[in-house]
Amino acid sequence: MRLYFSLAWRNIWRNKRRSLISMSSILFAVMLAIMSRSMMIGTFERMIDTIVGTFSGYIQVHQEGYFDSSSLDDIFVPSSDLLAQIEGTEHVTLAVPRLESFALVSSGDNTNGARIIGIDPAKEDQMTAISERISTGSYFTEASEGIILGSELAKDLKKTVGDTIILLGSGYHGITAAGRFVVEGLVSFPADEMSAALAYLPLPVAQHLYGVEEGITTLAVMLDHARNLERARNALEVVLSDEYEVITWKMMVPELDQLVQMKYVGQDLVLALIYIVVGFGILGTVLMMTMERLREFGMVTALGMKKRTLAIIVLIESSLLTLSGAIAAMVLTIPILAKLQQEPIQLTGKMAEGYESYGFEPVLAFTLHAPIFFWQTFFVLLIALVSSSYPFFRISKLNSVEAMRTGH
Amino acid sequence: MAVIKTDHLSRVYEDHGVPVKAVDDVSLSIEEGEFTAIVGPSGSGKTTFLNMVGGLDAPSSGTIEVDGKQISQMKQNELIGFRLRHIGFVFQAYNLIPVLTAKENVEFIMLLQKKSKAERDKRATELLDAVGLGDRLGRRPHELSGGQQQRVAVARALASMPSFVLADEPTANLDSTSAENLLDIMERLNKEQKMTFVFSTHDPRVVARAHRVVTLRDGAIESDETRS
Repeated sequence: MRLYFSLAWRNIWRNKRRSLISMSSILFAVMLAIMSRSMMIGTFERMIDTIVGTFSGYIQVHQEGYFDSSSLDDIFVPSSDLLAQIEGTEHVTLAVPRLESFALVSSGDNTNGARIIGIDPAKEDQMTAISERISTGSYFTEASEGIILGSELAKDLKKTVGDTIILLGSGYHGITAAGRFVVEGLVSFPADEMSAALAYLPLPVAQHLYGVEEGITTLAVMLDHARNLERARNALEVVLSDEYEVITWKMMVPELDQLVQMKYVGQDLVLALIYIVVGFGILGTVLMMTMERLREFGMVTALGMKKRTLAIIVLIESSLLTLSGAIAAMVLTIPILAKLQQEPIQLTGKMAEGYESYGFEPVLAFTLHAPIFFWQTFFVLLIALVSSSYPFFRISKLNSVEAMRTGH
Repeated sequence: MAVIKTDHLSRVYEDHGVPVKAVDDVSLSIEEGEFTAIVGPSGSGKTTFLNMVGGLDAPSSGTIEVDGKQISQMKQNELIGFRLRHIGFVFQAYNLIPVLTAKENVEFIMLLQKKSKAERDKRATELLDAVGLGDRLGRRPHELSGGQQQRVAVARALASMPSFVLADEPTANLDSTSAENLLDIMERLNKEQKMTFVFSTHDPRVVARAHRVVTLRDGAIESDETRS
């Protein structure tokens, strides 16, 4: 086999310039593919991190039925065993309790509807770093009994820190939930829509308001990495009883998942076109390598080489040709991506504003995710295989005597 | 014992719809250790006959027996394996693999036979020594003269330990000195190793050294002369 590899490698270098051009085309195509794929995955992962990190969590655990009903009647009391089970599940780093409902937020003549979230101040801050988003006033302390309003909501209500607002809603089993709260702080999110319709209460205060005692609606779950979403979900479904439902961010924010999938498909099409163009280049090279060696093919089969062995050598040739380009591309790309992973490209101007308006960080992030490299290698090998189909065909139809007459 | 035996061997080609008899009813027996030249003018059927005996071309009718085995009915893959074990080839145009060295070209055939590396090394070196190229083992074909390349081809033909060597116009592209040199080597191998050589040629230098000369004309045997 070593001589076959050696033979294939030397055959590639029979025409150095042609092989170098082919390898270069593969090198640039693979570099482009890896870089663009790395940027798309890196940027989307960062977007998802921002969204799930600032709000939903990668996964939420509810009482079965809550996701559809959003009703306070579907609450549960998180026992310490349950929390231990969830936090002990592989890939889970944190489980944060929440009581989520809606209420009218009223002040004088101004009334707005808002999502009211009862939070465990310390754990919530650990998960979402919400204290860093407080634009005015301060974040909850252990003793807090007030409310934190979204900055846009406060603006609509014409209220600020130290003012009082009234919450009016429907509580557990339809009881009236009403209370007066002092505004302790204002929170600003990158997306104004969020800041205009959100308010936080300390969890015990919210539980009292809605009359749910120690009940919560949600355990927001953080993971060690976004890529472990399905693994963690499956593990949680195994661990938890049927009383609970396990909902991923993809189910909670399907628009984001669809956007990501759509972008991937778009990029796949562009990359497929690039690879088709490169594939034809390789095919051209392999075609020339075949045609100019027909006589040699005839000679080696006359001597006793099986056509199958000859086909394998040709396949090794095209594989080595494409792999050389791909490996060179990886060698060049890895340090660039490692640097960009550490220091993402910061967007400025209109593009940055566009990102920020959707609540995303204005950066182009990159990742050194190993499967990107695996898939590009797979695709170039696929090209090698497809490019070898013509020589395979010629070899299968080869007549040694006629082939040896060519080139005379 | 006959290493090659043909019986009423014929080969008919279609040339623009017209049947052409390239080999016409040739019955011939070549014994072990012969140094035989198949001669005749261009188009007389020498190469076609050699191709059929070498299992490279199929007869239209008649049979070919090589080493006691009928090869005319063998399938393609079976024939390839048979050629590898029983027949050595020397072609007119050297036909070495350009990217391999002289030694690797000789080893190549043994590699196909799945011989061990040690055996390949030893035999390739011995054979190249025997054809006077012991000091050119690492040279590639383009670094060798035409005569030297043809000597590598002879070494390669012998590497598989064949029953006989078929040489198609082996001296056609060589100058006189190289041709004589090559024939010296082949003659010596024939004498010392009892290797059977069958040439298709119209080179008088080859004919002069052959022990038996079979002349073909229009595909049929015109004469078959054995010399003492």
